Amino acid sequence: MHFFETQHLTKAFGGLIAVNDVSFQVEKAEIHGLIGPNGSGKTTVFNLINGYYPITSGTILFEGKELNSLPTWKICKLGIGRTFQVVKPLRRMTVLDNVMASAFNLTTKRDVAKEKALEILEFCELSKKQDYEAKGLTIGDRKRLEIARALATGPRLLLLDETMAGLTPQEQAEGVKLIRKIRDSGITIIIVEHIMQVIMNICDRILCINYGQEIARGTPVEVANNREVIEAYLGKE
Amino acid sequence: MKSSHWSKLSVVLLLAVFPIIVPSDYYRHIFIMALMWVVIGSSWNLLAGYTGQISFGHAAFFGVGAYTAGLCVTKLHISAWWGMLLAGPVSMLVAFLIGCVCFRLRGPYFNLATLAIAEIFRLTAIVWRDLTDGMQGILIMRTFRNKAYYYYLALILAAACIYAIYRVMRSKWGYYFVAIREDQDAAESMGISAFRYKTFSLLISSFFTGLAGAFYMNYMGFIDPEVVFSLYFISIMAILVAIIGGAGTIWGPAVGAFIMVLLQETFRSSFFGIFPKWVSEAHALAFGLLVIFVIRYMTNGIVGDWVKVQRLWSKNKEQPLASTGS
Repeated sequence: MHFFETQHLTKAFGGLIAVNDVSFQVEKAEIHGLIGPNGSGKTTVFNLINGYYPITSGTILFEGKELNSLPTWKICKLGIGRTFQVVKPLRRMTVLDNVMASAFNLTTKRDVAKEKALEILEFCELSKKQDYEAKGLTIGDRKRLEIARALATGPRLLLLDETMAGLTPQEQAEGVKLIRKIRDSGITIIIVEHIMQVIMNICDRILCINYGQEIARGTPVEVANNREVIEAYLGKE
Repeated sequence: MKSSHWSKLSVVLLLAVFPIIVPSDYYRHIFIMALMWVVIGSSWNLLAGYTGQISFGHAAFFGVGAYTAGLCVTKLHISAWWGMLLAGPVSMLVAFLIGCVCFRLRGPYFNLATLAIAEIFRLTAIVWRDLTDGMQGILIMRTFRNKAYYYYLALILAAACIYAIYRVMRSKWGYYFVAIREDQDAAESMGISAFRYKTFSLLISSFFTGLAGAFYMNYMGFIDPEVVFSLYFISIMAILVAIIGGAGTIWGPAVGAFIMVLLQETFRSSFFGIFPKWVSEAHALAFGLLVIFVIRYMTNGIVGDWVKVQRLWSKNKEQPLASTGS
């Protein structure tokens, strides 16, 4: 049994098949990359995993449990957290309240939630900004908040959707450190990312899709040297 | 911080001794109405200001509460005071059914659905004469002649309502409500069942609104569908009370209730008889102007934008605007 896997995952929007027969497996405490050119269906895969879209066909298994047709919030309760590519800060709440709202996933006690939230903010190096309203954060901090909020729900699998996009190189380096730290704490990660430096650096294995279909899989080096992958990104000679 | 505590305490004390200082039934009546509106405005605020589900149909709960108390007398032949016990649960039951329908919709569609449902209740109450006596309304004997009793009952209701909402907003539910208001999709991915918590918010909101309705029946002694199910006098008024005071704040609707009731009464009485009678027709106009002013210059209401209000008085216009939060 794999920690997480999709079997023949398919999603059609009317006549457009956004995700076509994608099967991949993720093992515990792994960082698994999901790459592909713009519009290749990466975020759609995430939206299927976390129940935002209903699945057209195929199966998603998490710790042997089928996730198909569960609502988003139940999938979160089962232990899958996610961040959004277009960040969704709870704008008129403070950073601390954002994370506390998430931390209530595991407890009903305010004190416990607050303690957990403070711990997570420390972990994500957002402690200094805990009293800021979320709408006042820079994009880098918003992405961090997005991760902190996902972590506060207590996930065993974390879906990171382009958490590095739009960040400065220095912020990216810090982001990579943070992602490694999350993995070292025992959380499995599936990451969608465009920035190759980042993805090649931190992933154990990578699945590359284009037009919703798998075109390559393997270690970062294998994928980077795959002809189809290079063609998909750079075009044919 | 300290001084604001003292000012709040003095307001509470003043409200507690008000009927002792003021023997006039007229002013007592105005304050009773204001306190009742504190309850309705705060309830609306829980659902709309905090949970982000803007209802145009709170008259449905108010009316159901009022008719629950009224029907206790006309159908069950028991005291209308039993309505104070029954109105909450009955309103919650009605709210649950409404929620099942309306919470499938988001944004403007939700707003319109609540509006339509409240109108259905009003029309049903008019037409279903066997149950409600239609436009004839329900007339009961009032229990007390002395308005002080009603005043204190209204005060207790208002205090209980505000305290309950305060407690809820500090709990897990409160965090979940605001999370749903800010971004429903993000909330769902944080493990929050938006439907479930919106329903909880609606249930609490409808409970207190129904209670206010039952109180109205007991206090006024007369109701008819056009009054208690009124779109303008109940549903819209609830919105105005909360928005002018400050939606998404604990004390906003309370402040808004007193402002709106006093303003309404000032116009209704043509500025207590100073101006000619036609002035009383202008109260809708005054409300309109007030709403435009508040929305334009104090988006968060008087309490929510208190810093801005203070700036109007203070000489130091340079002082920066601090963020007040919710």
